[in-house]
Amino acid sequence: MLEAIQSALSFLPDGLVTLLIILLKIFALLLPLLGAVAYLTLAERKVIGYIQIRIGPNRVGPRGLLQPIADAVKLLFKETILPTNANLFLFILGPILTIGPAMAAWAVVPFDDGLVIADIDASLLYILAMTSLGVYGIIIAGWASNSKYAFLGALRSAAQIVSYEIAMGFALVGVLLAAGSLNLGEIVTAQQGSVVQWFMWPLLPLFLIYFISGLAETNRAPFDVAEGESEIVAGFHVEYSAMTFSVFFLAEYANIILISLLTSAMFLGGWLSPFEGILPESMLTGGALGLLLGSGIHWLLLKTAFFMFLFLWIRATYPRYRYDQIMRLGWKVFIPITIVWLLVVAAMVVGNVGPWFD
Amino acid sequence: MEQTIFYIFSTVLVLSAGAVITVRNPVFAALFLVLAFFTSAAIWILLEAEFLALTLVLVYVGAVMVLFLFVVMMLDINLTVLREGFARYLPVGLLVAIIMVAQLAYIVGPARFGLDKFPAPEPHGADYSNTREIGLVLYTEYLFAFELAAVILVVAIVAAIALTLRKRVKTNFMKPEEQVLVKSKDRVRLVKMAAEKRDDQQAPND
Repeated sequence: MLEAIQSALSFLPDGLVTLLIILLKIFALLLPLLGAVAYLTLAERKVIGYIQIRIGPNRVGPRGLLQPIADAVKLLFKETILPTNANLFLFILGPILTIGPAMAAWAVVPFDDGLVIADIDASLLYILAMTSLGVYGIIIAGWASNSKYAFLGALRSAAQIVSYEIAMGFALVGVLLAAGSLNLGEIVTAQQGSVVQWFMWPLLPLFLIYFISGLAETNRAPFDVAEGESEIVAGFHVEYSAMTFSVFFLAEYANIILISLLTSAMFLGGWLSPFEGILPESMLTGGALGLLLGSGIHWLLLKTAFFMFLFLWIRATYPRYRYDQIMRLGWKVFIPITIVWLLVVAAMVVGNVGPWFD
Repeated sequence: MEQTIFYIFSTVLVLSAGAVITVRNPVFAALFLVLAFFTSAAIWILLEAEFLALTLVLVYVGAVMVLFLFVVMMLDINLTVLREGFARYLPVGLLVAIIMVAQLAYIVGPARFGLDKFPAPEPHGADYSNTREIGLVLYTEYLFAFELAAVILVVAIVAAIALTLRKRVKTNFMKPEEQVLVKSKDRVRLVKMAAEKRDDQQAPND
């Protein structure tokens, strides 16, 4: 399909064609992503509703399915309130700096073999670098709001994200030790073979720690002290309204999807089919059945959807952590466990321990 | 094309580095430093050093500067006190600055680092992995220096923790690990005693 577009645009200069094709790829990724973000908000309200024996939104459209669109229209037409004595430039820059890295990180995410916008060598490092930039939006928003609640939320968030990033980074070091590559596509293909080959088995503690740190990195319950409505009203976004407010949530939900997708790509074999090595090869290739049971993007989306559901489930189940306990969990529990398990993984790789590293 | 990108980023870098020392608000200064780090990472990527560039963003922008900003935002800096005696120290400051610039120009000048001494490096192929190359050199040729740096960093961590660690006596910290391990018999003492008969008074209000 790309070749067809390329030849249709051949009357334009070469550089412009490349630029247009890159832009097309970005749109092809971002539009479904924003749609997924919108419907994740609906899914969240529905799932939490059913967990609490309520129905959730059911008024707009059939079964409430148009609720996200109604929300978007409402947020678009509300007034953006700018607080007095706030630093306006930084106040507007805050939400932009949150959404920018959250979207930019998707550039290197592979959806299928070769289905990626930028297939760079150090894509794992790139994602870690981009997600670590998201905290600036929160800090700047909290400081520029000229409100003590927002400021407290920003400080909490900064300390929390920096702490959990270390555990997260160590978990990723384990993944790249096991895969022998920093490229996400190669990490997925290193898990080929069967379900047993998936990195969640040799890296089980790192898998759990990565997902829990992901909860903390996205400021989700039970680690959502940055918002902490019972103590500091709404934390860093207390002064924001309308679109500036919703941009924070666009970024937060895009990050939830990103963390879910990365967890399934790095630990659950990404687009690889779980029937690999169980069903005969003939059933996995060719025919409609082969398309369904064989490896493909649908498995990645399915695994991602599971982790997204887990995010919502956890939010509906656990009470919020106390702040000092969050710090204790990050520094005194997760970081030691990851360091110890890194040594174990390194020993397994060097000793060619089967069935993963032989 | 590459040259245009380089000039855009280097202009931003020089301007933001200048702004770090000229803006009045310390928070803005810290944010300009972040911008300077970020643009220099972009320039490193142009030099095909993507591992170093991403590490720069990850470590300095993503962690160090966040903590820096954290502290700067909470400080109540009185700028008038800082500006006191600016005119008095100006000649000394200028002298030091001029000497430093002259030294830098002497060392990094075209006599030693000119384009004729260092031709532009050959661009590498698509399968060239910067990360692998750095790892190979770091763990073979420069192993001793690398280990030395690691030991110094560990000593620094231990020293920093040892300097700031103190037992607070008067606070009621809860220790979750102790809370979890508590059994009912640690907290509640069940006492068994025989019933006694009270005969000198009336039966209690029943």
